[in-house]
Amino acid sequence: MSRIESLFRKKKNILNIYFTAGFPKPDDTVLIANELEKAGVDMIEIGMPFSDPLADGPVIQHSSSIALQNGMGLDLIFSQIKTIRKTTQLPIILMGYVNQLMRYGEDAFFDKAAACGVDGLIIPDLPVEIYLEKYQQKVEKAGLDMIFLITPQTDEARIKLLDESSRGFLYVVSSASTTGKTAAMQHQEAYFERIRQMKLKNPLLIGFGISDKKSFDTACQYASGAIIGSAFIKALEKGPEIRKNIQQFVKAIRD
Amino acid sequence: MNYQPDKRGFYGKFGGAFIPELLYPNVEFLRKNYLKIITSASFQQEFKSLLRDYAGRPTPLYFATRLSEKYHTQIFLKREDLNHTGAHKINNTIGQILLAQRMGKKRIIAETGAGQHGVATATVSALMGLQCVVYMGEVDMERQAPNVARMKMLGAEVRPARSGSRTLKDATNEAIRDWINHPEDTYYLIGSVVGPHPYPDMVARFQSVISEEMKIQLKEKTGRDEPDKIIACVGGGSNAAGAFYHYLENKKVELIAVEAYGKGVDSGQTAATTKIGSEGVIHGSKTLLMQNEEGQITEPYSLSAGLDYPGIGPLHAHLFKSGRGRFLGATDEEALQAAFEITRLEGIIPALESAHALAVLPKIKLKSNEVVVINISGRGDKDLQAYTKYLEEVEKKHLNIGR
Repeated sequence: MSRIESLFRKKKNILNIYFTAGFPKPDDTVLIANELEKAGVDMIEIGMPFSDPLADGPVIQHSSSIALQNGMGLDLIFSQIKTIRKTTQLPIILMGYVNQLMRYGEDAFFDKAAACGVDGLIIPDLPVEIYLEKYQQKVEKAGLDMIFLITPQTDEARIKLLDESSRGFLYVVSSASTTGKTAAMQHQEAYFERIRQMKLKNPLLIGFGISDKKSFDTACQYASGAIIGSAFIKALEKGPEIRKNIQQFVKAIRD
Repeated sequence: MNYQPDKRGFYGKFGGAFIPELLYPNVEFLRKNYLKIITSASFQQEFKSLLRDYAGRPTPLYFATRLSEKYHTQIFLKREDLNHTGAHKINNTIGQILLAQRMGKKRIIAETGAGQHGVATATVSALMGLQCVVYMGEVDMERQAPNVARMKMLGAEVRPARSGSRTLKDATNEAIRDWINHPEDTYYLIGSVVGPHPYPDMVARFQSVISEEMKIQLKEKTGRDEPDKIIACVGGGSNAAGAFYHYLENKKVELIAVEAYGKGVDSGQTAATTKIGSEGVIHGSKTLLMQNEEGQITEPYSLSAGLDYPGIGPLHAHLFKSGRGRFLGATDEEALQAAFEITRLEGIIPALESAHALAVLPKIKLKSNEVVVINISGRGDKDLQAYTKYLEEVEKKHLNIGR
């Protein structure tokens, strides 16, 4: 059983935190992961900084651009993940854009990611059709879970296709937006309920616009948990001590 | 060899739709319906009448006597600069605004580099009474200030793109993000043969009026409906796609695409995508683009804002890889010289983009009985600042130019 699968079997109200590798400082990747585990987070999602992150809003654009200025590259990220994996059994998701995979070489990328201890991948601009045709076998053979996104505009047939193609969990995008926009969650509750009623194969995590305890709790009513990204990135630089910032942020969500 | 995209938008191995799921419903709707809509009789009738009565088509095919003498060949200029709003961009914006209208969209967004596409989009939005937001790199807003003023007068909101190199690539990112955030009411009116399928094909079809007219006009003027060479500049590549379109399958016609070499191919300040680029995905399309070893897209450079883009459309990547297209380039300096040359020989001030196409004339072998068509994609009013500065520098050095 994969780490992701066993997590969903034994836990509810799963908190998955996203952060950009190498932000604010190159070495912070490992530090942040360790602190998140200490704080009681269930899963971590590590972003590979990209020059042109189309699905991301200003906060993650900013963290990505700083990380790139810090000299972050894929091999460094892989070695940092290897270090993280030595001390933790938390599921690790790697998020990035399709051009990064293509340039690295898709096969090499999947093998390397799996070897370092990555459990799942989120590639928002990889169309599911191309994935099924070209990559699914390789990804699954490498032991990785590919996670697809559904949105309020996704029709039922396509939700089923994306659910069938995903392993680990299905990423439910809360509203039509790039990352980091906080919309009023109550407007999305009918949509969350509709998805829940579909009784899909995968457990659900809700993301985009989850920023605090209130939105996290709402998400947990309809799904197995939620993903927080931009709000956490902002919190990283809130006070002078990054460790304290992380602990406080997670505590505020969990309490 | 086939130069039309397959059902999923691939020209050979280039193209497709590499988009976030959030854009899927919109792009999929377009993919399924664009051909049906744009080839319908009512659409074509409205499109053609606006091209004629509003844009001023057909644009002339002008035999450039003095330029031909200088290069000992027969040069015709396809005068896209004489279109309403001053460039070929209006052909595409008329087509897409009619499509947006039929889809019931209320809000139009666009990206722009030189501002010509932004102006053309603001123009048709005003014509149709639709709200218009244009994203433009901050650097471009400064160097193409007259076009910013025109867009504002036309009632469009111009939003500066402040990330990256603050040019066309970044403006396109911002426009795509806007579309992600407004999937229901907004139509994204892309200005070049770039972006996810079906945009490259759709834009090429709307621009194909250029070569459609060219065939008729050449027949009248030369007795043959095909030239020996067609030369056009390529940023994303919409004017080149339109000028090449009806000759793609006709191997007798040499298709010459001219990229912006900026300060030189190896200077680190260039937009020479086919020279220093490699395969990857930019703005939803698999194509050739400028990137580093890590797959990070690198910042392009050209004095010409319309060519300052780190990729080319997938059709052009296919033309390059298959050898069907011949890809050349011109530096800033060569383009400036060419702009003055044609201005002083023919009395035509071209856009800096179009000047790149003219600048390869001294670099290619031309025969006296050959027919060469150069696509003058736009006029140079917007570039007067750059031209004036160049003239002052040249005069300081007491050099003689353009003769």
